[in-house]
Amino acid sequence: MPKLIVDGKEIEVPAEFTLLQACEAAGAEIPRFCFHERLSIAGNCRMCLVELVGSPKPVASCAWAVRDCRPGPKGEPPVVNTRTPMVRKAREGVMEFLLINHPLDCPICDQGGECDLQDQAMAYGVDKSRYVENKRAVEDKYIGPLVKTIMTRCIHCTRCVRFTSEVAGVSDLGAIGRGEDMEITTYLEHAMSSELQGNVIDLCPVGALTAKPYAFQARPWELIKTESIDVMDAAGSNIRVDTRGREVQRILPRTNEAVNEEWISDKTRFIWDGLRTQRLDRPYVRVNGRLQPASWNEAFAAIAARVKQAGAKRTGAIIGDLASVEESFAIKDLMTRIGSANVDCRQDGAALDPILGRASYLFNATIAGIEEADGLIIIGSNPRKEAPVINARIRKRWLRGGFPIWMVGEAADLTYQYQHLGAGAETLAKLGGEAPGKMERPLVLVGQGALARPDGAVVLSLAAKAAVTAGAIKDDWNGFSVLHTAASRVGALDVGAVPGEGGLNVAGMLEPKALEVLFLLGADEVDVPDGAFVIYLGTHGDRGAHRADVILPGAAYTEKNSTYVNTEGRPQLANRAAFPPGDAREDWAILRALSDVLGAKLPYDSLVGLRRAVYERHPHLALTDSIEPASAAAVEQLAARGGRTEKAPFQSPVRDFYLTNPIARASAVMAECSALAARKFATAAE
Amino acid sequence: MLADKDRIFKNLYGVHDWGLEGARARGAWDGTKGILEKGRDWIINEVKNSGLRGRGGAGFPTGLKWSFMPKQSDGRPSYLVVNADESEPGTCKDREIMRHDPHLLVEGCLIAGFAMNAIAAYIYVRGEFIRERERLQAAVDQAYEAGLIGKNACGSGYDFDVFVHHGAGAYICGEETALLESLEGKKGQPRLKPPFPANVGLYGCPTTVNNVESIAVAPDICRRGAGWFAAIGRPNNTGTKLFCISGHVNTPCNVEEAMGITFRELIDKHAGGIRGGWDNLLAVIPGGSSVPCIPASACNDELYMDFDTLKNLKSGLGTAAVIVMDKSTDIVRAIARISYFYKHESCGQCTPCREGTGWMWRVLTRMAEGRAQKREIDLLLDVAGQVEGHTICALGDAAAWPVQGLIRHFRGEIERRIDEYSANPHGDPVRVAAE
Repeated sequence: MPKLIVDGKEIEVPAEFTLLQACEAAGAEIPRFCFHERLSIAGNCRMCLVELVGSPKPVASCAWAVRDCRPGPKGEPPVVNTRTPMVRKAREGVMEFLLINHPLDCPICDQGGECDLQDQAMAYGVDKSRYVENKRAVEDKYIGPLVKTIMTRCIHCTRCVRFTSEVAGVSDLGAIGRGEDMEITTYLEHAMSSELQGNVIDLCPVGALTAKPYAFQARPWELIKTESIDVMDAAGSNIRVDTRGREVQRILPRTNEAVNEEWISDKTRFIWDGLRTQRLDRPYVRVNGRLQPASWNEAFAAIAARVKQAGAKRTGAIIGDLASVEESFAIKDLMTRIGSANVDCRQDGAALDPILGRASYLFNATIAGIEEADGLIIIGSNPRKEAPVINARIRKRWLRGGFPIWMVGEAADLTYQYQHLGAGAETLAKLGGEAPGKMERPLVLVGQGALARPDGAVVLSLAAKAAVTAGAIKDDWNGFSVLHTAASRVGALDVGAVPGEGGLNVAGMLEPKALEVLFLLGADEVDVPDGAFVIYLGTHGDRGAHRADVILPGAAYTEKNSTYVNTEGRPQLANRAAFPPGDAREDWAILRALSDVLGAKLPYDSLVGLRRAVYERHPHLALTDSIEPASAAAVEQLAARGGRTEKAPFQSPVRDFYLTNPIARASAVMAECSALAARKFATAAE
Repeated sequence: MLADKDRIFKNLYGVHDWGLEGARARGAWDGTKGILEKGRDWIINEVKNSGLRGRGGAGFPTGLKWSFMPKQSDGRPSYLVVNADESEPGTCKDREIMRHDPHLLVEGCLIAGFAMNAIAAYIYVRGEFIRERERLQAAVDQAYEAGLIGKNACGSGYDFDVFVHHGAGAYICGEETALLESLEGKKGQPRLKPPFPANVGLYGCPTTVNNVESIAVAPDICRRGAGWFAAIGRPNNTGTKLFCISGHVNTPCNVEEAMGITFRELIDKHAGGIRGGWDNLLAVIPGGSSVPCIPASACNDELYMDFDTLKNLKSGLGTAAVIVMDKSTDIVRAIARISYFYKHESCGQCTPCREGTGWMWRVLTRMAEGRAQKREIDLLLDVAGQVEGHTICALGDAAAWPVQGLIRHFRGEIERRIDEYSANPHGDPVRVAAE
């Protein structure tokens, strides 16, 4: 590795490092605006200038590779200075230029307190302006309901342009005009079409792009920051929930290289207004056809009476898409204790079963593993809608080249090119005979669209066969990857929340007159037939609550300490950022209290106790943030099963990205996005 | 003074036939096959030995530039790109070549392209040059028809294509990497260097970008020998050069002259002298609008028009577009206008140029009226210094240099004007003559 002297300190760095990385490795801090680790290098802000001894001009350290530095005449290592007067003068000059046309409206700017320009002006700014001309003003642009623009503040770093074109894969944003008149815009002022557009807010180093729903809501230093996990999809994006008082004010991504890098989807980011509306804040009991407010005791008494009347065999529970591991475990435990085998977490009827082995329902290749794959077969999935962050990872791999992608299912714009092989199981069966191409580390991505159908089990087997045929099962590589859409699913499958012996699955439970009492643990995507007594334990007045005979108000994902297992099988801890509204309680505690009334007391009185019980039964769930690899033998066994399939084409279960769960359906922002996506609104400001 | 026999551009004024027949009569396309047969290294060596320095402004040795191209292809093709985006105010030499002697350029493309093992040449013609592009395209078509380029060019067994591309009229696209971006169909914004075009250029392939004049003189260098070319001019500044003389001279003109001709000789022999005599000279911009002006006091018999002499005077030969200004010139307004040009043409990519050009122009505009403070002269100099050398491409430098030249030589004039303005009891701006 080449040597380099940075500020008198000799270091050794890889030749492909940029000077900026080398300087940071040597402990020197380099200010920057346009440079971002995950975007291409623009080198346009000129803030990172350093002195490279021998070069007549200061060089932009973000754009200058260590291998481009020439050694001294006697072979001495190149010398870089970051603290000389020349560097300081250069940076102060750039800072002055950035500020002359930047409005000094920090007091009314939402970026205030977390603004790169503000911070760096503290180091390189001058206390008064030498610029006496008129400042430039730029008209604000409409670029959608999520991102607010105050374009006068723009410093033209083009991070947003590079993000949308490189990571998000849409060519929505660009720069028009030249020189001083350069403006960032969508040109026709239509809304950005990406599901990841909110990330430009984080990327914008100034207050030019800010969150529209969060506008003027709070200052960053007023907010209490809680690290948590997202439940909008099954990727398990790491998030930070910012609250003031009891209200969630905004949600930001946390960096986790293994999961979401530092991106989150728009649904993850802007869901929070849904946490405030349509909330269930007290128990209700249906009396004479109308839901009446009730006390916890009244509600429990009503449930106990019906359960006793119906008997265990006629009682069942369906676990919804947002339930945590603890709740799933507790309700499964409760049903077992009262003697019912009717529990199911597969709301959509996906043919996944823990009996087939853990590898049969995990994203075995792991999300980070996408970057190691050298080919991808997508089966019945639209990753762009089902897990935008994972889709960005696929695009990232695809951009690097040498990554052919084939697709069986519904054709859609996924932001990368793929070869569409066919629509349904027939095409998939052919893949079991012959792989579409030669690959060393193929990734077979199976979506719920292929599995949530009557022949799902056969399709799963065919997909496994296709994976085996393509060579996806090797000693050091398991490319068979199931992409889930529900945050609760893997965790619930892990704790075995599926029908026990003789138990009914979701379809069975929803048969008319199959059950007398049905618990819905936040399950809103099912239509319960008339006749059953429905207990809805959840957070929002959505479909499930409308059908319910008893409503038990639970806690949303930001309001409880809980565990979620993402599609890779990675258990992650979500922390409570706020308290549930009104009488609402944490779901496991409600189940614990109810179990007492039902005479089947759950043996844990605290979350710690509950977790201990979970970990005892399922030790791998205790390994937070790490993945317990599943045995690939399961996939091979699965491949051997086979069976007959139907002709119907695969369809992605996510028809409307913005409205996939009860929280999203309660959010006005998501509703607007959904309407825009459906082109119901006139998009252009004339 | 350059002897007629030493001229390369024999049809500079368009009095003869521009077409293939005429060009052949003047010596173009003569023995091209023989030159190619002498091999790549011979051509590059010949150009190196001739001492030819790039005619686009920076004066980088052309032969050396060609030698940077990979000798062995790594699978990628190489390209020659000819920069015909001649937009520097005051400069109109490439225009004349394309109008009246286009075959010199086409032949030069073949020879230069062959020397660097390029498969094709792209000639990027300035957007406003419509007739020139038509003429050049016609010449290219003639050359194709005669088998001089294309498959088996000149019967040498070498395949070489020439494409004429029409720009959209942005000054910045004359910067070599912005030109490549524009040629690729993107927004014309300079690229970061390194990597240099010789490694990663057009479509990611090794590319050399040369000025029209540099390419057009190459065939004659190869035909007549490096020694002939090197014998003209002064040491390290050899050969002939097209000078574009404009401004307050009696007969503004383009003329091919030996490098290193004195300024006085150039003006007296070819431009009919300064309007109103030499005593009436105020300042000269010797190399196109981007170089600093030099005052009349420096325009003595020792002022040789070549790269090194002018560099020592803190100016530059640039494109050899000599802009002469007599004492009727409002020098502050003149530089303010140049400053406006750079503000208008800045691509907006990097901070110092985007923000600094506008700032300099605004201050200068006020100074042209005298509506400024004297301390702002130093401020202006400071701002120019903050732009210079801190940008991605040289446009920032080009914007800063005229301002620095103005302050270096005409600070007194600016101060006088400020005094005049502040002494004006009416508070109205001092009236200035209409353009």
